[in-house]
Amino acid sequence: MSKLIMNRRGLLKTGAAVGAGMAMPTILTAASHAGYTNAPTGSTVTLGFNVPQTGAYADEGADELRAYELAVKHLNGQGDGGMMNTFSSKELKGNGILGKEVAFVTGDTQTKSDAARASAQSMIQKDGAVMITGGSSSGVAIAVQGLCQEAGVIFMAGLTHSNDTTGKDKKANGFRHFFNGYMSAAALAPVLAEMYGEDRNAYHLTADYTWGWTQQESIQAATEAKGWNTVANVLTPLTTTDFSSYVAPVLNSGADILVLNHYGGNMINSLTSAVQFGLRDKMVNGKNFEIVVPLYSRLMARGAGENVKGIFGSTNWHWSLQDEGSKAFVQSFGQEYGFPPSQAAHTVYCQTLLYADACERAGTHNPCGVAEALEGFKFSGLGNGDVEYRAEDHQCFKDVLVVKGKENPTSEFDLLEVVQVTPRAQVEYPADHPMFAGGALGSCNAGG
Amino acid sequence: MNLMKDRLLLIIFACVVLAAPLIFAPTGAAYPDLLQRFAIYGIFAIGFNILFGLTGYLSFGHAAFLGVGSYSAVWMFKLLSMNIVPALLLSIVIAGVFSLLIGYISLRRSGIYFSILTLALAQMCYNLAYSVLTPLTNGETGLQLRLDDPRILDAAGDAGSLPSTNFFGLEMKEVFWNPTIFGYDLQFNWGYYVCALLLILSFWISIRIFRSPFGLILRAVKTNQTRLNYTGINSRPYTLAAFVISGMFAGLAGGLLATMDPLAGAERMQWTVGGEVVLMVVLGGMGTLSGPVLGAVFIKYFENIFSKINDGVLHGWFAIMPEWIENAMVLIVSPFVGKGWHLTLGALFMIVVIFLPGGLVEGAQKIGAKLSGANKRAAKVGIE
Repeated sequence: MSKLIMNRRGLLKTGAAVGAGMAMPTILTAASHAGYTNAPTGSTVTLGFNVPQTGAYADEGADELRAYELAVKHLNGQGDGGMMNTFSSKELKGNGILGKEVAFVTGDTQTKSDAARASAQSMIQKDGAVMITGGSSSGVAIAVQGLCQEAGVIFMAGLTHSNDTTGKDKKANGFRHFFNGYMSAAALAPVLAEMYGEDRNAYHLTADYTWGWTQQESIQAATEAKGWNTVANVLTPLTTTDFSSYVAPVLNSGADILVLNHYGGNMINSLTSAVQFGLRDKMVNGKNFEIVVPLYSRLMARGAGENVKGIFGSTNWHWSLQDEGSKAFVQSFGQEYGFPPSQAAHTVYCQTLLYADACERAGTHNPCGVAEALEGFKFSGLGNGDVEYRAEDHQCFKDVLVVKGKENPTSEFDLLEVVQVTPRAQVEYPADHPMFAGGALGSCNAGG
Repeated sequence: MNLMKDRLLLIIFACVVLAAPLIFAPTGAAYPDLLQRFAIYGIFAIGFNILFGLTGYLSFGHAAFLGVGSYSAVWMFKLLSMNIVPALLLSIVIAGVFSLLIGYISLRRSGIYFSILTLALAQMCYNLAYSVLTPLTNGETGLQLRLDDPRILDAAGDAGSLPSTNFFGLEMKEVFWNPTIFGYDLQFNWGYYVCALLLILSFWISIRIFRSPFGLILRAVKTNQTRLNYTGINSRPYTLAAFVISGMFAGLAGGLLATMDPLAGAERMQWTVGGEVVLMVVLGGMGTLSGPVLGAVFIKYFENIFSKINDGVLHGWFAIMPEWIENAMVLIVSPFVGKGWHLTLGALFMIVVIFLPGGLVEGAQKIGAKLSGANKRAAKVGIE
């Protein structure tokens, strides 16, 4: 009966171990409670960079982190200034944000909503971050956006392409620079109809979460409007690594197009699987079988190697663009890291500059002031032509690139070629479009 | 005598728990979110220890009860009220029902077969939550509160923002006292103290179960179930009761996670979470009273603090050294912190299992015995 009783000394030691046993160099930053959450009091302002460092989207996360660090350098007046020089707003002087030096903390979202929220929460409560940014998965971005809304800090969404981020899950404290599933579909469908004809049968493999669902819905609607028929839509879990059991049934489904609504590691694996099954050499219904990857990135193209040649998709930005902003960014990123940036890097770099600029224009770090400065803000010089942050849903509207896997790449980074720059007017939609309905921004929350 | 010791243990435990915001300040872990996680996973591990520590039945399926608890709580927040009491009650009840069901099936077997059955059933729950039951669970995105949820018991609040979880008006996330002590900025919030009181209550229940005749039979199951059966005792009702009790603890923990942050995601039900609680109990000391809490604190500390140490922080640590030593030190240390925190945790776990089979509690007792110069006999008593 007394087997598990501890003696008093043991128990005192246990108690002591709970508290003191793990004494670690403290990295505690004082939080402040002056009017809004984490109002910066010292000479620095802290930003929280919350990206996936492990999991299916780790590559994107690593590239995002590089871009964030570059943006912080530029904001603090180090380096060549990058896109700060081409940005249409000239408020940023290279002296930090509102004269305070920019410091940052990083965290690992593990591509899981729970872990991402815990990480963001610690940035807000422990490190005193006044803005959280990041995310390479829409599920995570939506979860963190909700948290930031409740905590009263600004959330600058990173790589999130789901319609829901600025649709039914939009929040007053959240802003997205990246494009979305609807825009991809609107840009891609005309090109696909032109290239592959208007009487195609499409089979969708879709990542089973908010991004996959909304992108699939958008692509299906846009291609069906062009006369295509949708044979089936099969949902695959985000954690899937072997897609052969999903690809095999495509062969006998009568479909002649395979749409892969996958991203990152998922897309690399499913595309490789589809090519290995010989889908691209097949003739179905008298037509050549084709594969489409609606959301493309250079990092994925590199992962999938040879298999991406000739495959169509869309992207937010590509380093081969020749406008001043893109050139400045590619040069400064290349100088720092030795290779060109990905679209993920581009969007988070822009988000950081846009946040800093909004603080300057608002004259405060208060999230409500910043949000007001961002709403309806029109700018250019950040690599996407003329862009507007729409006030109704906090979504950026800009041109969309339709790209294709290059047949004869000249280097390991030169994997995509821009087929068409779809003008902004073609991808725009009303804020109350049915695919984006069901949510409300609510009012901005400054915490306190 | 036992009673005295137990009371002393409970009092010391309560003091440590209640003073945690102060005690943890030097470790950088004293912010409300992490302290609540410590307490919540402590409850989870205490419950798991009642099954695993006493009966030796190793369940990999407890993540399912944690997840079910979270979903129940969030649904209560959506439909009924932002008050945490109905939410927590429902999470305990629903987790109890689930564990009765899963326990009834799994406990027909013991040993590895039991473990695999629980793992399979929990994985089923995860996949159901992830995709099949999407209308109920919102799939991968996770169940979240919305502005237009009914919340029939609550008065209509500010239309523009979500209401926050509360205990009869005390907002869980509200910091009610924010003093600066010894140069540390301390944050005392209601949410932590709700979790802390429930942790102390759970700890007390755990002591009572350990000391009860019921606990004795559970331990007999672990020692030799066949012999127990031959003496005419049917052990299954006892193991099932232990399973349901630990399932309800897990449900409470899940519900508390939702009160802290009203979001329930399917990943909370994944087998990795079920494995994590096993690690917590083994690392802290299975079958001991305070071990599971210690293990929970240890693992959550690593997950949340160690994973945040990036190269920039490391450069700060070694900044006093000459630059080449600084760079070398950063190069050596960086694989083990930041995104490499799993590596350090894995290594520590191996060291503990190999050298301290009794977990951190045993380690603390050994050190205690050495420090006080006590003889070997005292150390032995401690290990027992």
